Amino acid sequence: MDEKKTNTAPQGEEQQYSLSDDRRVKVLSPGMLVMKRFIRNRLAVTGLSILVFMFVFSFIGGLVSPYGQDEFFYRDEPISREFAAVVENSEFRYAANDSSKFSSAVQAQVMLAIQKNSTAFTYHDVAYEMTREGDDFYSVTSDGALVGIAYKDIVTSSDGKTKLSFDLIYGALKTYLGVEEHAEPTEPTEPAAPTEPTEPAEPTEPAEPVEPTEPAEPAARSGEFEADGVTYEVDENGNVLQNGSEVAYITRYVVQAVMPDVTLSRDFKERLIEAIQNGQTEFSYTDASLIVEEDEAAESAEGEGSGIETDDESTPEGTTPVSATAEYTITHDPLHHNWSVRQEQVSRQYDSYSQPNSKHWLGTDKYGMDMLTRLMYGGRVSLLIGFIVVIIETVIGVIFGGISGYFGGWVDNLIMRIVDIFYCIPSMPIIIILGAAMDAQRVDPTIRMVYLMLILGFLGWAGIARLVRGQILSLREQEYMTATEACGISVSHRIFRHLIPNVIPQLIVNCTMGLGSVIIMEATLSFLGLGVKFPFASWGNIINDVNNTHVLTNYWFIWIPAGTLLLLTVLAFNLVGDGLRDAFDPKMKR
Amino acid sequence: MRKYILKRILISIVILFFVAFIIYTLMRCLPTSYIERMARQKSMQPNSKSYEEWMEQLSAMYNMDKGIVVGFFTWLGNFFRGEFGDSWFFTVPVIDKFNEVVWLSFVMGLISFALEIVIAVPLGIVAATKQYSKTDYTISVIALAGISLPPFFFASLLKLVFSVKLRWFDLIGLVGRNYAQLDAWGQFWDKAHHLVLPIVTLVVISVGSLMRYTRTNMLEVLNADYIRTARAKGLSERKVIYHHAFRNTLIPLVTIIGGSLPGLFSGALITETLYAIPGIGYTSYQAMVQGDIPFSMFYLVFMAILTLAGNLIADILYAVVDPRVRIA
Repeated sequence: MDEKKTNTAPQGEEQQYSLSDDRRVKVLSPGMLVMKRFIRNRLAVTGLSILVFMFVFSFIGGLVSPYGQDEFFYRDEPISREFAAVVENSEFRYAANDSSKFSSAVQAQVMLAIQKNSTAFTYHDVAYEMTREGDDFYSVTSDGALVGIAYKDIVTSSDGKTKLSFDLIYGALKTYLGVEEHAEPTEPTEPAAPTEPTEPAEPTEPAEPVEPTEPAEPAARSGEFEADGVTYEVDENGNVLQNGSEVAYITRYVVQAVMPDVTLSRDFKERLIEAIQNGQTEFSYTDASLIVEEDEAAESAEGEGSGIETDDESTPEGTTPVSATAEYTITHDPLHHNWSVRQEQVSRQYDSYSQPNSKHWLGTDKYGMDMLTRLMYGGRVSLLIGFIVVIIETVIGVIFGGISGYFGGWVDNLIMRIVDIFYCIPSMPIIIILGAAMDAQRVDPTIRMVYLMLILGFLGWAGIARLVRGQILSLREQEYMTATEACGISVSHRIFRHLIPNVIPQLIVNCTMGLGSVIIMEATLSFLGLGVKFPFASWGNIINDVNNTHVLTNYWFIWIPAGTLLLLTVLAFNLVGDGLRDAFDPKMKR
Repeated sequence: MRKYILKRILISIVILFFVAFIIYTLMRCLPTSYIERMARQKSMQPNSKSYEEWMEQLSAMYNMDKGIVVGFFTWLGNFFRGEFGDSWFFTVPVIDKFNEVVWLSFVMGLISFALEIVIAVPLGIVAATKQYSKTDYTISVIALAGISLPPFFFASLLKLVFSVKLRWFDLIGLVGRNYAQLDAWGQFWDKAHHLVLPIVTLVVISVGSLMRYTRTNMLEVLNADYIRTARAKGLSERKVIYHHAFRNTLIPLVTIIGGSLPGLFSGALITETLYAIPGIGYTSYQAMVQGDIPFSMFYLVFMAILTLAGNLIADILYAVVDPRVRIA
């Protein structure tokens, strides 16, 4: 004020006023004075601009952002998983007609005989004769009776459960591989056993060397045979048909699904074997039965989003992989003579922890939610909680402090003891306990937030009550209060119209500083997982993810922006509070 | 003076009584507790009693079957007799567990408090003497930033820089992996090494308020008439500040420092939890989250006692340090 007087006095146009003229002095209202002083404080203005930015960021940013705060994003990622294993059978299998004469010892003898290329052997004084009936297919007779067969091409029943009779196997193999029409004299010199060991030595080219030694097609033939009084038909593909319906099939490959819950269809197996025989390393297969499964999978993935609309761009992409066509890659392991089939399937999953990109400027979090949007909504929650808590604190504090300070005596004593009690209650532990209890009760997140505000407000009013009481104690002794008393103004008016307004400067300073600490408190609770809960974002629970060391180490964009915003906001509140204190109380600033 | 102290202590006891009652009521009203969890667990075992029966037995065992008022007075009686009960979660007497962990917190608190004083007081004085200078602004902003730093964020930053990037410290815990193999001296150093980051966190977060407090009080003193007199006498600025002004600033400083001494035992709940330092803060955090009523009760009442003791000490010190203050 003094400065103002000296500055304005010498100015020319104001010289016309006489010295005692009031208009000579530019009078500023107290509010304007405070504002002027505040604006001159550079730190406080910086704080204020940070706050303005935070409010715009949180409250307008949320509206501008194209995403919702609990909007999940997905990405389609090809997942290659072990799907099936194919083994080419290189061991002889045996089927016994007369098991008493075809024990495993005899089977071993058969094996030796095949390797020696002999047609007869004796075991335990029983003479056996062997007949080569086809490629890697031998029948063993003793005393003119068929006791068993040795074969490499496996006959599998179509439903996978029925046990096939010996006659059926024998008949089918005989028809399929039989030598009657198509005898190849050179073939016996090249039995299966010697060829197999050579294969592992071959270069590891997965598909190329696979099947040149076994041209199954030329050897195979169709025909009919009779077993157990039923006539069966064998076609070129090795299918054994009974009255046109398939009962079994012959193949040298054993195909097994890796996952126990997947049953491979016959069609799939055939196509797979075909692919292997053609030396393909990749093939795709559309399976009608798989369609249902994948649709369900997609639905359940959709269901986790709980009806929240998914990203527009990913939806059309998302529909294509749901079809049952899947890519398979086949790798050949020559050492064990098997093929492993990996299914390349596109699966939808949360687009979690994706790096900042043009779509998500700050990346996405664990559940594939846009970080920037989460930050905006988080700011909203943090600021709102801060304001509501401070308002609750102030209302309770002003009422109790005002009554206590004005009336004095036993009322003051009583209220001050209550204030002492609340001052004494350790609020952080209490809130942690209540938070844990609410966790156990599975309180709805919205209600939980309300509780949190009420608890924080209810535990924090003691300081404000003390401040208000102290101020009022000194104010009520002043002359203007005597004047109000003399005028007969009612008590409530005297307190709330005349005393409280004079406390407001200190109150504002206190509240501004208090806002910062409330925000930190809320953030700390949310960080511990005891405050604001999903689906609501708060800066604290965004940083919560940093408890996972992997996130701490690798994904700075998850927690550093949130922490920085939090720090800036609290700092800004403190700066503004400081600036306001200086502005309201120029004596301190001199 | 003695009368005043006696009166304050009596009032404190009354306050404590109500605080304990409120806390007890709150704990008893909690919808779920450790007992329920235990009863549920026990009833799951084969050939076990039903949940209700276990609940009944366990409640009787832990004195939880009485009404709140009766239960409170039973608890209070035990408390005064020094029987603090057994912790449910740690399954040892509360006082044993408390004794085991509180000293670590105390050491941590003491070290960081000493560091705080060493850093805050000189900086606060410098800021006050050079008011409105660049130094003052820098110190003020740093102090405010320290106050504004969310502890968990700062701890995470420290972990990222010093544990992950530089690999100087372990991420969490009080002892290293090969602690058992070290000799006594090595074990001491191992613990000290693990306490560095928590102490840094504590210091940075709490140094600001003491710094601001020092600055404000120093400014107030510097504006006093006797400082003007001292300057008018022609004393050197050094002498004015460090002899006349600083001594008077010590009055509020000693008061607040004395008042914070009991708080050294309260532990740093958040910081200890962040670094998994088994002090009283982390231990009681675990107990509270698990619904361990005896331990939580003890801890909360202990905290309340510390607060009251801090206020009392501050008030008494104020009168002791400043002969102008006379307490009726």
